[in-house]
Amino acid sequence: MGLEEKLPSGFLLTTVEQAAGWVRKSSVFPATFGLACCAIEMMTTGAGRYDLARFGMEVFRGSPRQADLMIVAGRVSQKMAPVLRQVYDQMPSPKWVISMGVCASSGGMFNNYAIVQGVDHIVPVDIYLPGCPPRPEMLMDAILKLHQKIQGSKLGVNAEEAAREAEEAALKALPTIEMKGLLR
Amino acid sequence: MSAPHAPHSSHGQRGTPSDGGSATAGSGSARTTTEGTVYTVTGGDWDEVVRSAAEADDERIVVNMGPQHPSTHGVLRLILEIDGETVTEARCGIGYLHTGIEKNLEFRNWTQGTTFVTRMDYLTSFFNETAYCLGVEKLLGIQDDVPDRATLLRVLLMELNRLSSHLVCIATGGMELGATTIMIYGFRDRELILDAYELITGLRMNHAFIRPGGLAQDLPPGAVDHLRELLKTLRANLPEYDKLATGNPIFKARMQDVGYLDLAGCMALGATGPILRSTGLPHDLRKSDPYCGYETFDFDVPTADTCDAYGRFLIRLEEMRQSLRIVEQCLDRLEPGPVMVADKKIAWPAQLALGPDGLGNSLDHIKNIMGTSMEALIHHFKLVTEGFRVPPGQAYAAVESPKGELGAHVVSDGGTRPYRVHFRDPSFTNLQAMAAMCEGGQVADVIVAVASIDPVMGGVDR
Amino acid sequence: MTDERRTGNGEQGAGGTDLPAARGDTGDVIRVQKGMFGANNGGDTTGYGGLVRTVSLPGASSRPYGGPGGVFDEIADELEGALEEQGLVPGNAIEKTVVDRGEITFHIAREHLVQVARTLRDDPALRFELCTGVSGVHFLGDQGRELHAVYHLRSLTHGRLIRLEVSAPDADPHVPSLVEVYPTNDWHERETYDFFGLIFDGHPALTRIMMPDDWQGFPQRKDYPLGGIPVEYKGAQIPAPDQRRSYS
Repeated sequence: MGLEEKLPSGFLLTTVEQAAGWVRKSSVFPATFGLACCAIEMMTTGAGRYDLARFGMEVFRGSPRQADLMIVAGRVSQKMAPVLRQVYDQMPSPKWVISMGVCASSGGMFNNYAIVQGVDHIVPVDIYLPGCPPRPEMLMDAILKLHQKIQGSKLGVNAEEAAREAEEAALKALPTIEMKGLLR
Repeated sequence: MSAPHAPHSSHGQRGTPSDGGSATAGSGSARTTTEGTVYTVTGGDWDEVVRSAAEADDERIVVNMGPQHPSTHGVLRLILEIDGETVTEARCGIGYLHTGIEKNLEFRNWTQGTTFVTRMDYLTSFFNETAYCLGVEKLLGIQDDVPDRATLLRVLLMELNRLSSHLVCIATGGMELGATTIMIYGFRDRELILDAYELITGLRMNHAFIRPGGLAQDLPPGAVDHLRELLKTLRANLPEYDKLATGNPIFKARMQDVGYLDLAGCMALGATGPILRSTGLPHDLRKSDPYCGYETFDFDVPTADTCDAYGRFLIRLEEMRQSLRIVEQCLDRLEPGPVMVADKKIAWPAQLALGPDGLGNSLDHIKNIMGTSMEALIHHFKLVTEGFRVPPGQAYAAVESPKGELGAHVVSDGGTRPYRVHFRDPSFTNLQAMAAMCEGGQVADVIVAVASIDPVMGGVDR
Repeated sequence: MTDERRTGNGEQGAGGTDLPAARGDTGDVIRVQKGMFGANNGGDTTGYGGLVRTVSLPGASSRPYGGPGGVFDEIADELEGALEEQGLVPGNAIEKTVVDRGEITFHIAREHLVQVARTLRDDPALRFELCTGVSGVHFLGDQGRELHAVYHLRSLTHGRLIRLEVSAPDADPHVPSLVEVYPTNDWHERETYDFFGLIFDGHPALTRIMMPDDWQGFPQRKDYPLGGIPVEYKGAQIPAPDQRRSYS
């Protein structure tokens, strides 16, 4: 979000990308966004046995302004949705979102009036993590996959190019309802 | 929020004239005390400043804690009106986790209901399931037909659940005080109990293991030995909380006389569980209105007479020890037998077995229903797609959850689905006491008081 | 397994000498079921479409009420006596008494609810100190008394549990508030208002508690849809649970 975004495309930019990605992925600060059952598993992940400190992430920030990863852990109700978006808006870029558990990812078993059917209606999601609730190992796996994604993230003109490609691919992609085949 | 704050009275009275320019306007009279020279600053505009500060009542500040705050036990929103460091008025905003579980239940059959209720108060899954199943069994009139082994295993699971719930309460309560060590300890022991759950039910949380009529499954081989080992480990670990916290002066200073609620307040506000027992009243549904055969177990109901957060902490510690006693008695009494009612119109037809691709219907059962018995196939189909019917009426079943009286009001209209299920969740009722506990105290004590109530928002909002 | 219960054997766990309470009337009709399987959309393919049954809740019981050691009669006697002392005809306040499945339910006329509750709390022989809150039930088929508020009162002194039930029509959803008698009902009544639209007269601040303040409608009423969305995946679309074919 500074000088690195202005660099010309080429060798310098890709080198900076790699360095920035490495630095960013090595010190991700999650914001505590515990909502329901998944929050307990998220706390377990931070505690002794699973020890998220191994990945430089044991410090859960109380303030979104100091965090760059939001782990939406649990069902998001209609009443909570504006709050969640506000917390997301308060986080400084670059920022990532893990949607932990089926309730956050798609509404899960609570297909009703009270629950937002997927947190991606409100904030962009980087990793969807299934499970009800996901085991701590699954959360760590999601976090490691996010680390890979952060490592490979682009900057400046490359980021613009990547965003354009992603949008084109999304426009061409087959809607889920038109897919055929086995339901799996 | 949780850092201790210096009391206000210590500010503004000390200070040397040389570093405060305004003091030169008035007369600073110095006197020597044991702590050094103390200047009393008067005169000039100081009187005016003090008077205007005292008179200005538009200085009240309303602080919104939450709904997303690391110290409020989930998505609880606290609205505090503060005057300096003193809370003059406190209110709760809830509903940020309202999930519509009670409505969702009405569109699933009776057995599937356990899958929903287990997610209400997600730290006390087995209690929710038991309360619901006791209600359904009362409606069906099969209380006496539930096999002994199923009831014993229910008690065993509930008492283990009491341990794990109290451990989370103590762990998160400690974390909110800034005592991270307690949090690490609590989650360490909770993990051990979760391992036992995983062995028995296959899941760490949200089990849906207790079903109307009995249990989903019997204990797996080796479970009893595992549980005995677990008891031994927990017996060794529990004294560590005593060593770490019970006599700890900082811990005591933060918790003693904080979150005060006496017996009259508890009765008026309907508070039950450790909050009520911390006033000295040994009310426990396991003793006063026994269910699941609790009258045959040997255990004590711990009480305290301090009415404060520290008393509740001690009660929780002692309840964990008592739960261990009950679990041990359960293990001693376990005898082989069925874990589901014999009535095939109610019992889930599947005979689960561990196959090469995980847990599922046993191949023998599939062979039976698909190959040899048309009636078995019809029954299986009807029970799985439609479920059983429950005669119309209503029932209320209450259990003593770790947080207090957990009641399930179950209404049937004679159909295959619940007509209405309402949970009287102890967290919801106890949280009303927050205002009574916090008003007049300090902001940092609000955290302690809320932690001592131990509300779980999944249970509060449902 | 169901027959003896349907005839109203309400004294689970009672001694052998206690007779089951006999049923006075047939109870409130809450639903009329057509057909065998409760499927309500699509044509009748079962041949049972002409079958019509009424479903009713357990009706009023007559004395003796039974209960463990005859405790239900004791409670009813004490309550009626205490109400008479206050100059209230018990028959006006208590519409009917239902004993079912080992639980006693007093159906209270809503205008007398507060007085009855206060009596139940204060009378030394009754002493129901703890109210476990209110649960709303919406019976669409119970004409003229669609909305029910159900209170469970527990006596710690005597170790008893009773149920009070109050009803109100959809057209006039008013029930007096019990907050002055049982302050614990503050949030419970707000919750029932939030979900069922039952207005508790005299509540200090009857506002929504669970749903957002600007929410339209009362979501747990039976005429409010579940509000789920169809789930689609790979060419298949599964309707929300309340839109599916039902067997109830």
